[in-house]
Amino acid sequence: MARFEAYENNGGTCVAVAGADYCVVAADTRLSVGYSILSRDSSKIAHLADKCVLASSGFQGDVKALQRNLAAKELLYEHNHNKKMSCPAMAQLLSNTLYYKRFFPYYAFNVLGGLDSEGKGCVFTYDAVGSYERTGYSAQGTGAALMMPVLDNQLKSPSPLLLPARDAVTPLSQSDAVDLVKDVFASATERDIYTGDKLEIVVINSAGSHREFIELRKD
Amino acid sequence: MFRNQYDTDVTTWSPAGRLFQVEYAMEAVKQGSACVGLRSRTHAVLAAANKAASELSSHQRKVFRVADHAGVALAGLTADGRVLSRFLRSECINHAFVYDAPLPVSRLALRLADKAQVCTQRSWKRPYGVGLLVAGLDESGAHLYYNCPSGNYFEYQAFAIGSRSQAAKTFLERRFEGYNDYTPEQLIKDALSAIKETLQGEKLTSSNCTVAIVGRKDDGTVEPFEMIDVKRIQEIIDSMEAAEEAPAAEAESSSMQEEDKGTDAAPMDI
Amino acid sequence: MRFGSDSDQDPWQQPMDGSHASGSKAVADGPGTQRTQYPYVTGSSIIALKYKDGVIMASDTGASYGSTLRYKSVERIKAVGKHSLIGASGEFSDFQEILRYLDELTLSDHMWDDGNSLGPKEVHSYLTRVMYNRRNKFDPLWNSLVIGGVKKGPKGEEKYLGMVNMIGTHFEENHIATGFGNHMAIPILRTEWREDMTFEEAVKLVEKCLLVLLYRDRSSINKFQIAKITTEGATIYPPYSLKTYWGFAAFENPAQGAVGSW
Repeated sequence: MARFEAYENNGGTCVAVAGADYCVVAADTRLSVGYSILSRDSSKIAHLADKCVLASSGFQGDVKALQRNLAAKELLYEHNHNKKMSCPAMAQLLSNTLYYKRFFPYYAFNVLGGLDSEGKGCVFTYDAVGSYERTGYSAQGTGAALMMPVLDNQLKSPSPLLLPARDAVTPLSQSDAVDLVKDVFASATERDIYTGDKLEIVVINSAGSHREFIELRKD
Repeated sequence: MFRNQYDTDVTTWSPAGRLFQVEYAMEAVKQGSACVGLRSRTHAVLAAANKAASELSSHQRKVFRVADHAGVALAGLTADGRVLSRFLRSECINHAFVYDAPLPVSRLALRLADKAQVCTQRSWKRPYGVGLLVAGLDESGAHLYYNCPSGNYFEYQAFAIGSRSQAAKTFLERRFEGYNDYTPEQLIKDALSAIKETLQGEKLTSSNCTVAIVGRKDDGTVEPFEMIDVKRIQEIIDSMEAAEEAPAAEAESSSMQEEDKGTDAAPMDI
Repeated sequence: MRFGSDSDQDPWQQPMDGSHASGSKAVADGPGTQRTQYPYVTGSSIIALKYKDGVIMASDTGASYGSTLRYKSVERIKAVGKHSLIGASGEFSDFQEILRYLDELTLSDHMWDDGNSLGPKEVHSYLTRVMYNRRNKFDPLWNSLVIGGVKKGPKGEEKYLGMVNMIGTHFEENHIATGFGNHMAIPILRTEWREDMTFEEAVKLVEKCLLVLLYRDRSSINKFQIAKITTEGATIYPPYSLKTYWGFAAFENPAQGAVGSW
C-alpha cells in the first residue's frame, strides 16, 4: 500500500568556483525521481541579488520554496536598506533559514556564489540544516562525490590550517574556471544518472552577470 | 465660546451626517507638501515637492517604491505614510509569493482603502493622516489612484494632493486630455511643471523635487518603478527653462488662483 | 510574514466526535484533525501537450477503488477560469476539493471585474503553494495535477503547461504525462511531439498514447475525454472510445514461450 513520503530526491549537481574577481555558479537542469526523468529543463539556480547566486539540489519542492523565501526576504532587505544584499549577508541568512527548520529540514543542498564587498569571488557551501563554510570552490548534490576530488586536484586550494590564513580563491582565470566546470559536469554526467541534459552556468564579475547553457548527455 | 460637540472621536456622527475626525484627517493631507501623479496608457509618473522642516535639516522621503510594478507618493503625516507603504510592500510580496505574479494595482489600492476605512469605524483608532497617490502597472496598462484617509479611493488620469495642490490641479486639468498618448519624457516634464506650480515662485531645482516612473516598453518588457536620477531631472528642468525663455515672456500663465492657507512649511509634514 | 496564507484554511480540520471510524484512509491524529494516509479512489494518467494554437489534454474517465473499477464516467479534466485547464490523477475526492478551492479563487478573481485575470501560470503557482503547504502539514492532497493554458500577455500569446505533484515538486514542460503515462507515453511524446502540431495531429498523438496506456495500464478504461484550451477558451469534448485490436499472438497466448512448471 502506498504510504505518504514527505521527501523525494530529485537529484542534480551544483558547483561554484570563486576567483580573484569573479565567481562561477553552475548546475545541471535535469529533474528526476527514481529512474524517471520528470523534466530535462528545470533550473536549480536562483539569482537572489546582483552579486549573489544560489544553486540548490535535493527535493525540488523544498528547493523552490527555500529560494522563493530567500528572494522575498532579499526584497524586504532592499526596501528597508535601499541596497541589494551582499553575498556574505545572504550566506548568513541562508544558514539561519535552514536552521530554522532544523527539525523538519529543507531537503536542499546549497552552494551560494558571488562577490563579497571587496569584489572578490566567494563561495559558501552548506548542509541541509544550515552549517556552512566559506571556501574557494564547492560541489553539492548527487554528483558531488564524483566532482569534488577533481576540483581538489585541479584547484589545489591552500590548507585552511596554514597561518597566516591564505586566500581560498582559485588561481585560475575566469575562462579557465568556466572550462573546468564544463569538464567536471561532462565527466560526472557519464557516471551519475541524476546529472545530465543541460548545464546552466552563471558567471558574476565586476561587469555584472552572464548566463550560458551547454548541452550534456541525455541518457 | 463655540465648541464642536461632535468631533471628539471618530465614531460620533454630527447631526448633519458628518464625521469630523475623518474630515480633520483629510485636512492633514492638505498640510503636507504637494505630490502629483499622471499617466499615459503605458507609463505612470509620480512627483513630489521636497520641503525641509528647517534650514538645518534634510527633507523627508515622500516617494516610495512598493514593488517593481508599483509605487506611492504621499502628502500629510509622512510617518503614517511609511507604515502604509510597508503594508503595501508586504501585500505585494505575499501576492507574488503565492501567484508568482504582481498584484494588480486596483487591488492594491483597494486593500489600502480597506485598511484606512477600518480606522474610521473604531473608537480606539485614529484615521491615517496621509493621502497617497498609488501609481502602477498591470495587465490593463498604467494606473493612478488617489487614496484618502476616509477610506475612499479614486482612479485618475492625473491628480495632485498636498499644500497648494490646486495650482497643480488647474495645470493638469488644462492638459490631461492628451496624456494617454504622452511619451515618458513628456509625462515627466508635465509632472515637473505641475510641481513647479505648487512652489509659488520658489525656483524648481532637482534638489527640491523627487520624480519616479514606472511603465511598459513597446516590446512588453516592464521598466520597473524607479526614482529618476537627480542629474537627469536637472537636465530636464534646464531644458524646460530654456524652452520657456525662447518664446520670451509669452502671457504669464494664469495659474495661482485659489490659494491654500499658510505659506510656511507645513507643521504636519515633519 | 504570512507566505502562502491563502491555503491556510484547512478543510480537513473538521471537529471529530469520535464517531468516525479511523483506519480507512484518514487517521485521527489527536482531537480534531485527521490526515490522509493513503488514497481511496484514484484516477490514472493524464496526457497533455502544447500544440500550434494552445494546449491539449486527455485522460480516461475511470476511477478505481483499489483494483476495482469503481467509477467509469467521471471527468478528470476541468476548465479553470477563462485561460486554463486542469487535469488530475490520484485521489478523486482530493481533486474535487481542489476544484472547490479553484472555484472560489476564480470567482473572487472574476468579481473584481478590473480587467485582470488569473492565467495558467498564476493558477499553477497557487496550486504549487497549496500542495506544498499540505505536505508540510503531513496532510497531502493525493494528486498529480497538470495545468495547461494560453493567455495573451504583454509579449503576445503565451502557451503554458505545468505539473505539480502531491508533495509540491513542480515544473513546466512542452508535454507532460502523469502516473503510468510518465513511463509509457513520454517516450512516444519525446519522439513525435512538435511545437507547431495542428489540433488534428495533436489528437492523433494523444490517442496513440491513450491506446498504449489502455493496453498496458490495467486501471485504464476505454472511455476517453479530450480537452483543448486556446485563446478562444476551453473546450472539453464528450467522452468516446478508441478502436482496439486484441488479436496479437502475444495477447491470445501469453504463456507461449514462457518456460515454467505451470
